[in-house]
Amino acid sequence: MSADALLTLAGVHTHIGAYHILHGVDLVVPRGQLTMLLGRNGAGKTTTLRTIMGLWHASQGTVTLDGQDITRRATPDIARGGVAYVPENMGIFSDLSVRENLLLAARGARTLDDIDTERLEWIFGLFPAMKKFWLHPAGKLSGGQKQMLAVSRAIVEPRQLLLIDEPSKGLAPAIIQNMIEAFRQLKASQTTILLVEQNFNFARQLGDSVAVMDDGRVVHSGRMADLAADEELQAKLLGLSLGAHQ
Amino acid sequence: MTSSTFDWKPLALVPVLALIALPLTGSASTWLTLTVAGLAMGMIVFIIASGLTLVFGLMDVLNFGHGVFIALGAFVATSVLAGMGAYTGADNLWLNLMALLPAMLVAMAVAGALGLVFERLIVRPVYGQHLKQILITMGGMIIGEELIKVVWGPEQIPLPLPEALRGSLLFGEAAVEKYRLLAVLVGALVFAAMVWVLNRTKVGLLVRAGVQDREMVESLGYRISRLFVGVFVVGSALAGLGGVMWGLYQQTVIPQMGAQVNVLIFIVIIIGGLGSTTGALIGALLVGLMANYTGFLAPKVALFSNIALMVAILLWRPRGVYPVTSR
Repeated sequence: MSADALLTLAGVHTHIGAYHILHGVDLVVPRGQLTMLLGRNGAGKTTTLRTIMGLWHASQGTVTLDGQDITRRATPDIARGGVAYVPENMGIFSDLSVRENLLLAARGARTLDDIDTERLEWIFGLFPAMKKFWLHPAGKLSGGQKQMLAVSRAIVEPRQLLLIDEPSKGLAPAIIQNMIEAFRQLKASQTTILLVEQNFNFARQLGDSVAVMDDGRVVHSGRMADLAADEELQAKLLGLSLGAHQ
Repeated sequence: MTSSTFDWKPLALVPVLALIALPLTGSASTWLTLTVAGLAMGMIVFIIASGLTLVFGLMDVLNFGHGVFIALGAFVATSVLAGMGAYTGADNLWLNLMALLPAMLVAMAVAGALGLVFERLIVRPVYGQHLKQILITMGGMIIGEELIKVVWGPEQIPLPLPEALRGSLLFGEAAVEKYRLLAVLVGALVFAAMVWVLNRTKVGLLVRAGVQDREMVESLGYRISRLFVGVFVVGSALAGLGGVMWGLYQQTVIPQMGAQVNVLIFIVIIIGGLGSTTGALIGALLVGLMANYTGFLAPKVALFSNIALMVAILLWRPRGVYPVTSR
């Protein structure tokens, strides 16, 4: 698996102030796959994404992206290296319109005319609400539409790696299904994705590979299909049975 | 923001305040004179405050030293205009403006350059530390004032209005000072330019986005610290321009003039909502009108009136009339 790894974390420790959050995370994200990062609340999933993104720096260990050590790089440099991040709170600019949010995310574009029209149409196909509410302030969108905008922003230009934190959180089942379909299409486009999720049903439908975190470490990694098929392992790692989540 | 979703209520406060003052002032001509004076003062305060509100909104920096750029701008203008007596003394508006324009541009350039140094030496080491920011930026302003005294001396220096801008225009029985009309015009131009940049350019979009969530702007690949330096320099330059306008408004400049205006500016940006330029405009106009109306109607409470205005608005909207940041 590591031979075609796009992202590798080796022995990563992260401190936030006096708190020691990550205790030696080892994680491999294969190129072109969707890797699910699972774990209970407080396991360190969000901290792992923020550490990869350079929003918090690892105090020990290395983060390698496409063969380059990015452990000490500043967040804008990591983003410019082809990493897009969708935080748990979605991070949309509520006073800006949908159009302006997307224009900002397209770093190479000075105006909308500079954005690849085909790609924009593809996004409108994935999330029709983006076209419908094009000139609306993002703050006026529903929770699901904001999540769609956050993901649209991450894919408005081609990126090497998408880091997405709990996209299904607080969404209605119909919107979650819509989101699953969108991620399926992203997977089909060979985009590499590391997706943090608590909803196992969501995760099992999308994940190629999986890593499970507990207490600031990765305690299991492997194929998603294997975990989905092993209820005993799920119960052990996640404290749940798949049946309870279907 | 689209017009259908724009929150008009705060904007309506300006005409509402003016209409409340109409019966109280006793005559329409007095009311018109006071209103134009209030709008002129408000526009000058807006020019000064607009940069400060963006600096706070973008980087959470409390710059209590903003006043030094005001004073510097005004003093630079005294030097530039002193050398252009033939233009300022002529009873010709265009010749007067040909003197004022370079004075304003040089004042902005010098204040902007000082802003660059101020950000690098004084503000940058204390990012994220509010108490230190307050102390060190106030210290920076004191040092700045002393340096102004070294260059221009400690005494007040007259900054007379150019010849054609002196006196008033009569609208019926109301006398409206010519310079105040110019101040309203310059303020409106600055506001229009800021609205255009903030809404029609990518740099403007970045500033607006950075005020809301700078971490996300960095996550999109933009170096917000560079953007902040640019905003700080522009904000300092605008304060320099405001200093020229304020000095001409008072027709005299003293090294402490920035410190005197500082309290007013902070009232304005708190009323407006930290980080909001439209809010700063509304706040500045309200403060200008309130100061002029109460100065006429009840001079003893004039000093208190703007504090009362701020308290009343914060009771209505605790984060200011147009909240932008969640801070």
